[in-house]
Amino acid sequence: MKLNELTLKESIDALDKKEITLEEIYKDLDQACQAKNEKLNIYLSINSKALIEAKKASKKPLRGLPIAVKDNFCTKGIVTTASSKVLDGFIPQYESTVTERLKASGGVIYGKTNMDAWAHGSSTETSDYGRTLNPRNSDHLPGGSSGGSAAAIAADFAVAAIGSETAGSIRQPAAWCGAVGFKPTYGRVSRFGVIAMASSTDSPGPIAKTVEDACILLNAFAGPDEKDGTSNKEKAPDFTSFLDQSIKGMKIGVIYQDVKEIKETNQKLLKELEILKELGATVELVQAMDPHQAIGVYTVVQRAEVSSNLARYDGIRYGGDRSNFGDEAKRRIMLGTFTLTKGYADRYYNLAQKVRTLYLNDYKELFKKYDVLVSPTSPSFAKEVGASFSSPMFGELEDMLLEASSITGLPGINVPFYRDEKTNLYLGANFIAPMWREDLVIKVADAFEKNTKWNSWRNK
Amino acid sequence: MSVNNTQVKHIAQLANIPVTEEESIDLADDFTETLKIVDQLKKAEVKKTEITHQVTGFKNVFREDIVKEEQSFTQEEALANAKATYKGYFVVPYILQNKDN
Repeated sequence: MKLNELTLKESIDALDKKEITLEEIYKDLDQACQAKNEKLNIYLSINSKALIEAKKASKKPLRGLPIAVKDNFCTKGIVTTASSKVLDGFIPQYESTVTERLKASGGVIYGKTNMDAWAHGSSTETSDYGRTLNPRNSDHLPGGSSGGSAAAIAADFAVAAIGSETAGSIRQPAAWCGAVGFKPTYGRVSRFGVIAMASSTDSPGPIAKTVEDACILLNAFAGPDEKDGTSNKEKAPDFTSFLDQSIKGMKIGVIYQDVKEIKETNQKLLKELEILKELGATVELVQAMDPHQAIGVYTVVQRAEVSSNLARYDGIRYGGDRSNFGDEAKRRIMLGTFTLTKGYADRYYNLAQKVRTLYLNDYKELFKKYDVLVSPTSPSFAKEVGASFSSPMFGELEDMLLEASSITGLPGINVPFYRDEKTNLYLGANFIAPMWREDLVIKVADAFEKNTKWNSWRNK
Repeated sequence: MSVNNTQVKHIAQLANIPVTEEESIDLADDFTETLKIVDQLKKAEVKKTEITHQVTGFKNVFREDIVKEEQSFTQEEALANAKATYKGYFVVPYILQNKDN
């Protein structure tokens, strides 16, 4: 076995017992990336000083281990493009809070990962630097927008990764790549230094091999930040303290959406959830609001916030001019501009923000009865290469089961719950809880992962 | 609702995005397709519903108005990524023109 295939926890333990060295881990990792990165197109850039930085960090909590970072986190002195030609060659003069804390905890930025340009998409096919392929099956897409970070986990190109989510961008690629994706509550993690997409829902978070790894990594960067006015002033809990807990007596609601495209996936999930009953939880089907309206809310709110956030790219202080935007960015900026113009703001923007309130109320009612809600993360398996060009709404439709929880700020974790033997592709389940209750989703997702056979690192 | 390419060209001007005639026709189709899905929102019963702009409920988040040297750029750093500078300034496009020109 190659040492880059170890989980974060296994790597930390083995280093502490002096069974392995950082040099050995980085050697295996470098070899894996040299062999496959050109084809899979996961890293846009690789840090040539990673091992030197690692050795200096070996005593810190993350022990100098290599972490993949999505290319929309500003990293001082390292090119940061958000996969857009507009920012070709842009070298930030400052560090995002997430990567600053990552480094302070002894994490090393091994490389910057490919993504949908500006995080606009769910395929990593809209990157201006070419698509990323799914390491589980390279005829298929990795999902997105954090597709490079999820693929880095599936390919063992890092021990853990950092992504960001606006509506599905951590959980959906994690589902398609058979990895764990953890979107914390909006405001739990600072957005400072993350290239802004939709400021009212952007949430950085870990993509990892196990729920435990995701918690270890989240511990490194969650918590208040005075540089981000929307970050929670309350100290973040120790997320690893919610692992290995009993779920006896917990009430779990299965959001059963009667939509044709997800019928088969729903059946498979229901079968797998039986284990939660055996562990002492109650599992019941529940009706939630129609996901189709959440698509509308997300589309309008996201486009509007994009048009305003991307107005700053004028090529004067940094980057190129506005003729460099790719097709998807142009579409989103312009549609957002349209929905905010006089006469249309009421019809679209204000209406969308009202329907957003309806979703908040719907969850409030559901969480009176249930601790955790669960549904498939994505309607089905990873789509084939090229699929994202089929519709200008590709991403929204693939993320239809995640948008409602994103516009309402809820925490959620994707864990694998099925693998197709023929294609080697995975399905993921999305566990969600009320705002600030990461403890509840960790308990259930961790118990599910440890008591089923679908995690490929735990079940080698 | 449907959007035509004259509207698209107007939006392009407002958003400061250069689009060609051909692109404007494609974009009009894309916008029409997207708005068809968005129009499902009209079915929602929202007469008595308040607007939600943000979900944390935090209000009036302030900090002390203190300059932190370590968070400030030097002039050199601020100019480092600019494509065109002149004597320590950013070069910007003309906004006003001499009427004789």
